[in-house]
Amino acid sequence: MEHDCSLASGGTGCISERQNSIITTGKNKSRIHCADDSLAGAVSQRACVFCGARVVLNPITDAIHLVHGPIGCATYTWDIRGSLSSDSEMYRHSFSTDLKEKDVVFGGEPKLAACIDEVISKYHPPAVFVYSTCVVGMIGDDIIAVCKDASERHGIDIIPVESSGFLSGNKIVGYRAAAEALMKLIRPKPGEVIEKTRKLNFLGEYNLGGEKWLIERYLNEIGIEVNVAFTGDSTVAALKRAPGSCLNIVQCTGSMHWVATNLEKEYGIPYLDVNFFGAENTADSLRRIAAFYGDPEIIRRAESLIEREMNRITPIIARYRKKLTGKRTAIYVGGAFKAVALIRQMKDLGMEVVVTGTQTGKQEEYDTISGLLSEGAIVVDDANPAEIERFLLDLKVDVMAGGVKERVLAYKLGIGFVDHNHERKECLAGFDGAVTFAREVYITTCSPVWKHLKASIGGEEL
Amino acid sequence: MLECMPEGEVVHTVGKINPTKTCQPIGAMYAALGIHRCLPHSHGSQGCCAYHRMHLTRHFRDPVLASTSSFTEGASVFGGAANLKTAIKNVFEIYKPDIIAVHTTCLSETIGDDLPTIIKQSEVPEGKVVIHANTPSYQGSHITGFSNMVKAMVTYLAERDEEALRRKRVNIIPGFVNPSDMREIKRITASLGVDMTMFPDTTNVLDSPLTAKYDMYPEGGATVEQIRDSGNSRLTLALGAWSSNAAGAALMEKCGVPCVPLKVPIGLKATDDLIMTMREKFDAVVPEDLTLERGQVVDTLIDTHFHYQGKKVAIFGDPDIVIPLTEFVLTMGMIPKYVITGTPGKAFEEEVGAMIEAAGIEDYIVKAEGDLFELHLWIKEESVDLLLGTTYGKYIARAEDIPLVRVGFPILDRAVHPLMPITGYRGCLRLIEMISNALLERRDRDCLDEDYELVL
Ligand code: SF4
Ligand code: SF4
Repeated sequence: MEHDCSLASGGTGCISERQNSIITTGKNKSRIHCADDSLAGAVSQRACVFCGARVVLNPITDAIHLVHGPIGCATYTWDIRGSLSSDSEMYRHSFSTDLKEKDVVFGGEPKLAACIDEVISKYHPPAVFVYSTCVVGMIGDDIIAVCKDASERHGIDIIPVESSGFLSGNKIVGYRAAAEALMKLIRPKPGEVIEKTRKLNFLGEYNLGGEKWLIERYLNEIGIEVNVAFTGDSTVAALKRAPGSCLNIVQCTGSMHWVATNLEKEYGIPYLDVNFFGAENTADSLRRIAAFYGDPEIIRRAESLIEREMNRITPIIARYRKKLTGKRTAIYVGGAFKAVALIRQMKDLGMEVVVTGTQTGKQEEYDTISGLLSEGAIVVDDANPAEIERFLLDLKVDVMAGGVKERVLAYKLGIGFVDHNHERKECLAGFDGAVTFAREVYITTCSPVWKHLKASIGGEEL
Repeated sequence: MLECMPEGEVVHTVGKINPTKTCQPIGAMYAALGIHRCLPHSHGSQGCCAYHRMHLTRHFRDPVLASTSSFTEGASVFGGAANLKTAIKNVFEIYKPDIIAVHTTCLSETIGDDLPTIIKQSEVPEGKVVIHANTPSYQGSHITGFSNMVKAMVTYLAERDEEALRRKRVNIIPGFVNPSDMREIKRITASLGVDMTMFPDTTNVLDSPLTAKYDMYPEGGATVEQIRDSGNSRLTLALGAWSSNAAGAALMEKCGVPCVPLKVPIGLKATDDLIMTMREKFDAVVPEDLTLERGQVVDTLIDTHFHYQGKKVAIFGDPDIVIPLTEFVLTMGMIPKYVITGTPGKAFEEEVGAMIEAAGIEDYIVKAEGDLFELHLWIKEESVDLLLGTTYGKYIARAEDIPLVRVGFPILDRAVHPLMPITGYRGCLRLIEMISNALLERRDRDCLDEDYELVL
């Protein structure tokens, strides 16, 4: 460790037990500590299992998402994602069993059953996801049994999602709970035959800012159809057709690899890892998808699309690069997949990545990240705000990419910010997304507002 | 999002759909941020804490720090005592606050952790303090949590010293309002020449200026010393029954400081009441400036009354905001057709109902512990001209094409609101401006070309 543990602004620092969660690239060969639970007393940026599960499943647009727990868990996850829908808006409403003291004492099963009955009689949804929260885990409600009963009563899928948050502070556990729920949902009923097609499923795509629609346009143009995305702008019916696809493309390793492997095991569907963040990544992904289909016409069309788009966006990106070259950037995001993609994109813009951190990265992923960074860059797992602050100031960062909690912190330090989390509103995927991303970075890095930081009306410089 | 109001007969009797309340701990966290150099601590799993911080951050657009006991499965079996003790030790060592304000979550409440005992057994460095409030979310709402934490400040900290009485000082418990409102209430009090202690006080905490150097503990907040000394004040004004009365009563009981419960000073009448109370109790002289401000409000009401008179409005949000807001809307000559809060409590229905009936309006619905699904249902039956409430009203606004004026907590889709008061006379002007502008924009948008006018 190069840095001592005191903080620029004084007073706070990092917990010494956390030293192994921070490494400096090139300086030491030690391995990073990750996927540990956060320490008691930490100001962690991590969320919970339930949050992970919600994030994955909530974009299923026509399902009812019923949170079984006290009111807060539902309120905080009400429509916080920028996942767009082309049809139903059901998923944007908040359903909670709103557990009260008496439910906690005597058990919440009857209330859950009543809530399920009520929402079904009102809305006739094709499926209901029932999320368990910590309290429900504690009092031992058997949500599996309640869902099974209700499912028989109503003849639709009522799927329990076992997402009690205290099992772990790690969202990955929640991704997994969601993945299991998805596998349950799409499993054909005995005797049911799913028609085989030449379509593909797009795993790990949440249609933030319409990203799924954009990539689907590219794929359609080269002659490939998308069956369904997991789970951006998906419907229950489309998800149930997933076993009939001939390929799964997987974006975001965190939540969807497990699903892909299982789809391969159960339905014999192969999968390809893809990444649509950044122009190079997008081109590369399209080529590999086309190669999988092996149809010369598809390959030809893919090449011509790539050429056309590259020609279109290269000069635009070059203009931004001119402004941004040499600027220093920090990345703090949920998963390592996104971190890797961001590092590439920032470098494409001529910027230097000096800090990279994730909330849920795994050992191998941190190795990959370190490999991409130049010497002296910092890699950190589950950083607390004090650490983030220290890095931003010490390493003279100009712009940071992260989530909502990092946004305000960066701003307070007078540092630019781009949102690259699951709540973002802009489409950052594909060729168009690469341009949008460059513009977003430019807007915040080179905004005239930063100039006013230095000015003061009191005589001395601030 | 029309489809979300199902066709035909609709029953809604169980659970919540589109709630207009949230859970206790976030209120406790907000209150704790109003103590100087305080780190709020969430005794439960990480998720809750992350959500509460995030939600506050979205509303205030400022960093919100809080630590957590980081429960894992072990804690749920063996209890969270060990986690909390470690947490307290770590927090004082690393983050060095003056005070830790612990609140529980549903999880630690269900486990049944005995906080007072755990805190007694914890290592607390000399001169530092740990206080706590029980905040189970399966009771009440975020307002209850706020109230519980403010009360804890009193029960843990306030002291009476007969030698050190301050006959000219008032304690003000401002209620769950924005820092801008606290600032405005302080300004009014100062201009009356009355010495004051406000707690909690989130000015200069959640509305702090940008200096490009981030302080984990910003300048603002009531100090532990000030809260201690509140036991020696002449009087407490508890603004907002739901968020402040409990603390006011506790201070009366513990230190004998009399308490006058008032509304949060939103609107002409509630602001008058605040000022008159201080004038009376402290022989304060109302300065020219305040008289002038009041006169401007009345002048503006008269200049603009025809823009909103008789318009029907639906109001939703927290009781201490909604009650005076309803009062002001009546002052303006509007009709509060539906008034709803997510927080439980029949007293809300009685108070608001009485106010509306006194204005001679018979056709209205008031409900405590309601949700926005119900409000939407009523609006489907008979619509209104305006929605007055939090960001969560935007779905109804869109589905029914009704303008929404954003007030209260939380506002997640607009900025600047935490810096602009809706309290005091200046707050009146701001409310009048927002309300009449919303209605006039709508008129300009909807009217025929021939009715489109330059001068309105
Ligand atoms: S479990 Fe946590 S987030 Fe959910 S209601 Fe309780 S305190 Fe709030
Ligand atoms: S109670 Fe559990 S599930 Fe709910 S927010 Fe807290 S950690 Fe997450």
